[in-house]
Amino acid sequence: MRKLTSAMRGVAGIVLTTMMSVALAAQTAPPGQDGFKAATAEDLAAGQEHLPATPFVFWAYGIVWLVLAIYVLSLWRRIAKTEREVAALRAKLEVRP
Amino acid sequence: MTAGNRLAPALLIVAAGMFLAAPFVIDTAPYESTMGLVQRIFYFHVPNAVLMILTSTLCGVASAIYIVGRRPVADYVALSAAELTVVLGVIVLLTGPLWARKSWGVWWAWEPRLTSTLIMWLVFSSYLLLRRFGGAGSELLAAAVGIFGAVLSPFVYWSVNMWRTLHPTTSVLPTLPGPMAGPVIWCSVAFVLLYVAVILLRVRLESARTTLERAWLLLEED
Repeated sequence: MRKLTSAMRGVAGIVLTTMMSVALAAQTAPPGQDGFKAATAEDLAAGQEHLPATPFVFWAYGIVWLVLAIYVLSLWRRIAKTEREVAALRAKLEVRP
Repeated sequence: MTAGNRLAPALLIVAAGMFLAAPFVIDTAPYESTMGLVQRIFYFHVPNAVLMILTSTLCGVASAIYIVGRRPVADYVALSAAELTVVLGVIVLLTGPLWARKSWGVWWAWEPRLTSTLIMWLVFSSYLLLRRFGGAGSELLAAAVGIFGAVLSPFVYWSVNMWRTLHPTTSVLPTLPGPMAGPVIWCSVAFVLLYVAVILLRVRLESARTTLERAWLLLEED
């Protein structure tokens, strides 16, 4: 029952994340190619030059390092825990008459 | 400690060193003419994405071997590859939008490369959910899911050439100017070393789990 609840929570998390990304994309998707509009001086002023690249590069590198570090550490911990349990169980089996 | 057990930490240490040095190596590359600084996300994003596609293929091949021969090692490799596909997918799906926001002006666009990558990531997430909560016998069903996921990988790779997309095509990598190629090779080697180490460790974990299950069964039988 506990496993089922966790599974439902996992599936609900994925569905929710997907729905949120669809909603986000719907808000930010570029306009369709129905027609052309000449850029105004305001459009040009609000162009991408006002969006500095440094934070994007910083976050991208940070995410790569963070995700990989968390994964490797979690893997290391899982291995250590399982191998400890194996050793304990082996010792138990050897002690039995 | 076996040779494989010693190899993984050594590879991890070398890979970590290379990752730490990567920004300095990347700094030697010139700015791209239209994208400027933000194009430097490319040096981490692309090797990671290529490995994600290769790992999904590995999962499919290992799953097929498991379905045909029922070799436990094939199942361990398939599970390890599926988990790594999801991890690498998280990185691709987070670094890509950061690059897109600056270059395209949007975080996300429902164009073929991005959409197919998301679908592939969801398929491999389903694989992991199935293995975690599917109960006894779920490894066979998961193997079938792994094959479906691997079938998607050529579509993900060639989607940029088959359809008109916002995403750069696959010709970018082979035609890269010399000063940009060096940092890409550096980062690719770092990712490959990390990848081999993680696959070795993940297979070791699955093998230990199987030993543990067998030991419990022995204890219960007695």
